[in-house]
Formats: sequence, C-alpha cells, structure tokens
Amino acid sequence: MGLPDFGKYAFYVWTSYGIAAFVMIINLVLPMLKRKEILKTLNRKLRREQSKS
Amino acid sequence: MRIIPKHAHRRKRLGLILLLLAGVGTSVGFVTMALNENMNHFYSPTEVVDGKAPKNHTFRIGGMVRTGTVKRSNSSLDVNFEVTDTAKNVQVLYTGILPDLFREGQGVVAQGKLNDDGIFVASQVLAKHDETYMPPEAGQAIKDAQKLKASLKE
Amino acid sequence: MWLWFHKLGSPKYFYTLAGKLIPWFGWITLLLVLAGLYGGLILAPTDYQQGESYRIIYIHVPAAWMSLFIYIVMAICGAIGLIWKMKMADIIASSSAPIGAAFTFLALVTGSLWGKPMWGTWWTWDARLTSELILLFLYLGFMGLQSAIVDRRTAANACAVLALVGVVNIPIIHYSVEWWNTLHQGSTVMRMDKPAMDTRMLIPLLLMWLSSQFYYGTVLMMRARNEVLDRERDTGWVKELAMEGK
Repeated sequence: MGLPDFGKYAFYVWTSYGIAAFVMIINLVLPMLKRKEILKTLNRKLRREQSKS
Repeated sequence: MRIIPKHAHRRKRLGLILLLLAGVGTSVGFVTMALNENMNHFYSPTEVVDGKAPKNHTFRIGGMVRTGTVKRSNSSLDVNFEVTDTAKNVQVLYTGILPDLFREGQGVVAQGKLNDDGIFVASQVLAKHDETYMPPEAGQAIKDAQKLKASLKE
Repeated sequence: MWLWFHKLGSPKYFYTLAGKLIPWFGWITLLLVLAGLYGGLILAPTDYQQGESYRIIYIHVPAAWMSLFIYIVMAICGAIGLIWKMKMADIIASSSAPIGAAFTFLALVTGSLWGKPMWGTWWTWDARLTSELILLFLYLGFMGLQSAIVDRRTAANACAVLALVGVVNIPIIHYSVEWWNTLHQGSTVMRMDKPAMDTRMLIPLLLMWLSSQFYYGTVLMMRARNEVLDRERDTGWVKELAMEGK
C-alpha cells in the first residue's frame, strides 16, 4: 500500500502531518527522559549520603 | 544601586520576568491593533458604496466575485472583476497571481485603495471559502439542483 | 466520590494510579490515531472546493479544539487551586501548559500551511487568527511565570490568576468568526445545525479529536507524575523508589 497522492497540495498536507508527528513525539519523549533523570539524580544523591554515614 | 542582580538565579528570574513583560506587551499591542481595525477584517460592498470605508486609506473589501464579471487581460496579469454582497457591487482591479480557489461566485477578500473613479485597486486578493466539506459529486449535485430550480423559475 | 477525590489528592496514590493508566491511555491513543489517519487520508473522499488540501483539517481542527479545552482545564484547576489550595490542581495546571502550547502552535502552523494554498496567504490579522495567537502567548506567559517565580505557592497563585484572566479569550476565539467579518470561515462541527460535513469526512475528524484527548491524558499523567516525584523527593516512598534503581 503506497501513500496517497495529494497532487499539488502534497507539500502542504505532508508538511502539516510531519510537523504534527514531530511535536507530538517530542512531547511524549521529553517527560519519559525527565522521569529517568529525576530518579537517577535522586538515586545518586541517596547513595552518596549512605556512603558518608 | 545595582540594576543587574548578583546571584545567578535572581538574574535568571529577572530575565524571565522581562521576557514575560515583553510577551504581555506584544499581546496587548496586538489586541489594540486588532481593536483599531474595529475587529472587522473587511468592509462589505454596500458599506464601501455608502462611503463607510476609509478614503485615501488602505482597507479590505469582502464579498462574492460576481458571476460573469471576471475579465483577464491577454497580455498581462491584470484581472478585472466585481465584488458583490448581492445588494451592491464594487469594481476591483488587481494585478498578480490569484489564489487557487478564486472563481466566479467564490468569496474573496481584497486589500487596496479606492481610486477617484470608485474602482478598488487591490494589492492583494485572498479567497474566502465556506465551512462545508463534501465530495465533488455531492457539490455537483447541489449545483445542478440550484440550476434546475433557477430554470424552473424562468 | 468525595473520598476518591481526596485519595487522588494524595501524591503517592496519584503516582501509582497514573503509572497503571498511562500504558492504557497510550495504546488507546495510538489505535485512535491509526484509525483516524486511515479514515482521513485514505477512506475520506476529496473535497468539492478545496481538493486534497482540506486533509490538513484532521490535524488543524483537533489541535485547535484541544488548545481551547486545555486552557479551560487550566483555568478550572487554577480556581480550584486558589480556593481549596489543592496541590494536585496546581500540578495538573502546570503540567497541562506545555501540552496546550504545543497544540496551539500546531493549530497556528497547520492553519498557515492550509491558508497559503487556499486563501493565498500564510497569515492575516483577522479576529480568529489573532485571538488564537494571543492564546499561544497566554500559554507561554503561564510557563514563563511558572519558572520565573521560585516559591511554589506564589508561582501557582500567580499562574492561576493568569489562567483565570486569560480565559476570557476562549469565547472570543470560538465566536470570533460569528461576531466579526473574518477571512476564516465559520464553524463546521460546533454549531446549532448538524455538522456541515460529509459523514465519511466527519468520522475521521472525530476519531482524531478523541485521540488528541487521550494523548493529552497520557502526556498530562506523565508530566504530573514527574512533578509529584520532584515535589516529594524528600519523602520515604520516593526515596524507596529511587533506591530500587528503576
């Protein structure tokens, strides 16, 4: 199954869908990375405190 | 007295507040700009004929392209047509490329000035379409029905 | 009901519940997007006046609806936060802002990409376009205010006030096409009559809108969970979670 052909409007239509996909995926990935980062920093900090005592 | 704070986080805060002020400032600017234009994007042909549109001043006119009035020049990009709101008509002169949707009976918004002869010399012509969406067959069927109705009246 | 409301206000309970719901919301979003795209790009017929260019509607309209909906959610949360001092309301409002800003941005950009071939211009200062641009500035202002004020409670209160003041823009956006002469056409779906759209075109549009709602739910929960973690980092349960390594 090929992509549908939107003739002379193909550029406008596909650019819209492309930008939308990009923005939506970025918005999904950023919080995932943020969560990992929060837990990692906290983990490191707690380990440091533990080794001190 | 220091204007730029010493601490990094305060500097950051000041920067952000300034950014925020700039943002609010521009939005308020846009609002007043929009209000200046009386919130209406364009004048109707009736308003223009009645002299309600600004003279010697750029403004926009909106209406339908009157059927049978579009005349294109053979040698240049000059287009001549009438814009109507069914009550009054205004003649428009435009030089340039028209949007794909431009056709007789289509809504348009033109920007320009009235000349001394009462002809609207447009620097930009935009197409305005309605909010209905349907397949071409359905659009054709409605057109045919309207034609039939019109011919029955005659 | 009231008990459940209180439980939801407890950060740990919210964190666990949202963790369970996120995958479900994510999969539902994906299914709805795929169905909506298939319906909108493949099954739906071409339009009688706009040809294939109208297919931008499947991004543009859901994004525009979400931009209004999310702002209303933020204003309601702002009111709840101001009146009842509920922490979760602040968290939901601040987590919603970037998602709403993204949808507003998409509505503007796709509108521009649609306006160029149909109207003949990327941009014009009509009431609909201008008020939607102001909405983007309101979202950005909210986010700026949030990060400019260090104290959490002050930030939440200031943002709540901004959200409540800015909510007057929402009816202006919706009714702009009726109140004033605009280049933008009137409403196709949200109107008194039945939608002015062929059913085969309308169903994918509604699917895309529904998927946007679930997408919002998914990302909102992800962001709110991060916010909860960050705020509760000194509590026992978050420490335990961090020490598990995952």
